[in-house]
Amino acid sequence: MIPELGHYALVLALALGLLQSVVPVIGAQRRDAALMGLANSTALMQFGLVALSFAALATCYITSDFSVRTVFENSNSLMPLIYKITSVWGNHEGSMLLWVLILSLFGALVALFGGNLPASLKANALAVQSWIACAFYLFILLTSNPFLRLQPAPFEGQSLNPILQDPGLAVHPPLLYLGYVGFSMAFSFAIAALIEGRIDAAWARWVRPWTLGAWMCLTLGIAGGSYWAYYTLGWGGFWFWDPVENASLMPWLAGTALLHSAVVMEKRNALKIWTILLAILTFSLSLIGTFLVRSGVLTSVHSFANDPRRGVFILAILVLFIGGGLTLFAWRAPLLKQGGLFAPISREGALVFNNLFLTTACLTVLTGTLYPLALEALTGAKITVGGPFFNLTFGPLFLVLMFAMPFGPLLAWKRGDLLGATQRLMAAIGVALIAIGLAFAVEGRTSVLAPFGVGLAFFVMAGALVDIAERTGLFRAPLASVRARAAGLPRSGWGTAVAHFGIAVSLLGIVGAAAWGTERIMEIKPSQIVSLSGYDLRYEGLKQMPGPNYTEEVGTFTVSKGDDLIGVMHPSKRTFASRGMTTNEAALMARGPGQLYLSLGDSKSDGSIAIRLYYKPMVLLIWLGAVIMMLGGALSLSDRRLRVGAPKPAAKSALQPAE
Amino acid sequence: MTRKQRRLILIGSSLGVLAVAVGLVLNAMRGSIVFFESPTDVVEHQLAPDARIRIGGLVKAGSVERGDNLRIRFVITDGKHDIPVQYQGIVPDLFREGQGVVAEGKLESGGMFVADTVLAKHDERYMPKEVVDALKKSGRWQEGEAQTAKGATK
Repeated sequence: MIPELGHYALVLALALGLLQSVVPVIGAQRRDAALMGLANSTALMQFGLVALSFAALATCYITSDFSVRTVFENSNSLMPLIYKITSVWGNHEGSMLLWVLILSLFGALVALFGGNLPASLKANALAVQSWIACAFYLFILLTSNPFLRLQPAPFEGQSLNPILQDPGLAVHPPLLYLGYVGFSMAFSFAIAALIEGRIDAAWARWVRPWTLGAWMCLTLGIAGGSYWAYYTLGWGGFWFWDPVENASLMPWLAGTALLHSAVVMEKRNALKIWTILLAILTFSLSLIGTFLVRSGVLTSVHSFANDPRRGVFILAILVLFIGGGLTLFAWRAPLLKQGGLFAPISREGALVFNNLFLTTACLTVLTGTLYPLALEALTGAKITVGGPFFNLTFGPLFLVLMFAMPFGPLLAWKRGDLLGATQRLMAAIGVALIAIGLAFAVEGRTSVLAPFGVGLAFFVMAGALVDIAERTGLFRAPLASVRARAAGLPRSGWGTAVAHFGIAVSLLGIVGAAAWGTERIMEIKPSQIVSLSGYDLRYEGLKQMPGPNYTEEVGTFTVSKGDDLIGVMHPSKRTFASRGMTTNEAALMARGPGQLYLSLGDSKSDGSIAIRLYYKPMVLLIWLGAVIMMLGGALSLSDRRLRVGAPKPAAKSALQPAE
Repeated sequence: MTRKQRRLILIGSSLGVLAVAVGLVLNAMRGSIVFFESPTDVVEHQLAPDARIRIGGLVKAGSVERGDNLRIRFVITDGKHDIPVQYQGIVPDLFREGQGVVAEGKLESGGMFVADTVLAKHDERYMPKEVVDALKKSGRWQEGEAQTAKGATK
């Protein structure tokens, strides 16, 4: 009964979605408030129905109702509750349901908090949002129905893929989807603006918080996925340039560009057409990502089971929305009015530079990701484009961008002073030179390029601090006025500095782990000692342990440095009887921002076991940097001017006593 | 500066950055792309010496020999032709005789393939796509094979 209820709710959501796709647009044409207002209630009801549908599916998983096919295929009564819940989206059908759940959530949020939007813009945007929703409802109902029943009902389920039985599954996909799908808001508003043929700075003020929110989730989602892959795949890599990873990186790059160009549009009313185009492209890349992962053109942990009809269906959605969006853009964009003027050397110019490099870097990733697919389709030759390709293309472009990053916030709007900005960055340049010198002195023999990477990271970090120091008048003005200016500085200013600081922290982590990491791959016998980068690990032995739905071989290694015992590491291998599979649980030991990383291979009858041991200095900075970036976004999001329905600043400042 | 001049600067610099990116891509394409070959391809085609390739197929039953220091030798087969492979390191958890595998490395003059990376499938239900295609090409693949294998283990 419950699965049928969920199925029925989804069909109802589709019916409401179709209504919402048409009526508000007509209302906006005729300036009919009642017809436009319909979108508010249907958007809320759609969310209610999809949430009901999702809850129904979750109930089937929690109660282990194996008469439902997806539950039978992906769950098992022995699995712990958390994995029963995360299995809901640990498969193709359920993950698509999560996709539309988040999509309808965003629609409902616009309906709820869009009170101060122009009525026709809101109505059109909600209609466009509903077009996307309908396409995906149809996709789920026609090709990927999660509620199909099995007759007769099996007694026990087949269990979730053991690789996915990890807390990472609770966090990574929902965050990633919040990011992917969140960019649909920018898309819907862009299409709505094109339909109306009118756009202004208020549009950017409206779209930016949604984009920023989506970007924050995507940043955390990508970082979370990277950390998950790092500890679960057993060989210590944190980024593989796998097409599926690229699929999430591309919308991130385009979304980052969109965030920056929306600033120009909001502040200076310039770059309007470009911003609209970026909004369309960013969501298009999200759709391409969904296509790559969900269509089965790639094989990876993400692609689950697939049948070819799904690929064709998603491809049709892709063509419809990207093609339609770009056609509408080509037709309507010339109607939009030109914006403000600026000199090439200016804040606007710097943000254009940012956009140019981000989109070009995104394009190289797109090329590397799609080229093998295109080549195979055209000539049948199969190739792999891996890390070396992206290091040689994406790498240089991104490094140039990082180098330019500290200059941007120091340039004035309209016409900037590059020489002045450079002078103000002298302190940061000094810090960078010291960092390069120190890196050479300490580790110079191992890598020539790495010290410059460290220098660049410190340049950007110090540049972010210089930006804040300049804005608050630190070291120049008396302390009291510095405090007042710091308090008066818009939160988005703090957000910029924090986010720029964050990406430099990530860069430092990547350089450190890649250039100065050490590894040992070997066989070890009980009570043998292995040494790496000053740490001695003694193998104490292997124990069999039972788990809830697996058996585990747990190794024990005592770790010492010099004469001090500093801890014990327990890497393990889990064997899942229900699928005849093993997974690797690496043991991690934090040493400052670095980590010792130990994972197990096969054991032999003579008691020896294969191990991979890595020491990765600074590796935690990679993910810490992403969290800092996300916090920068949050600061910016809390800016008064972006808060929806915030009181006018003037009213508040009148009440504040002069300090 | 007029609006037109500014636009020219913008378009010029955009094209400049794009040209640099195209240059980087073409340069990287020459050196860092790895072709995938089935054992039949390797035997029948002339491969450029020292080219990095990926070979995919099944690990031939009874061919796995483990040596000291994590040295391992096995044979990759697509049913028509066999390629001997040697590797030093830890093979993936799902590396098994009779199962799909992809090895990346170089073919030595003696016909031995020296791999520096060995990949197996992620999941017991699915083969790497390249391996399925290679087996289909040599006529050793039946649709539904994975399912029957699954049923047999139950």
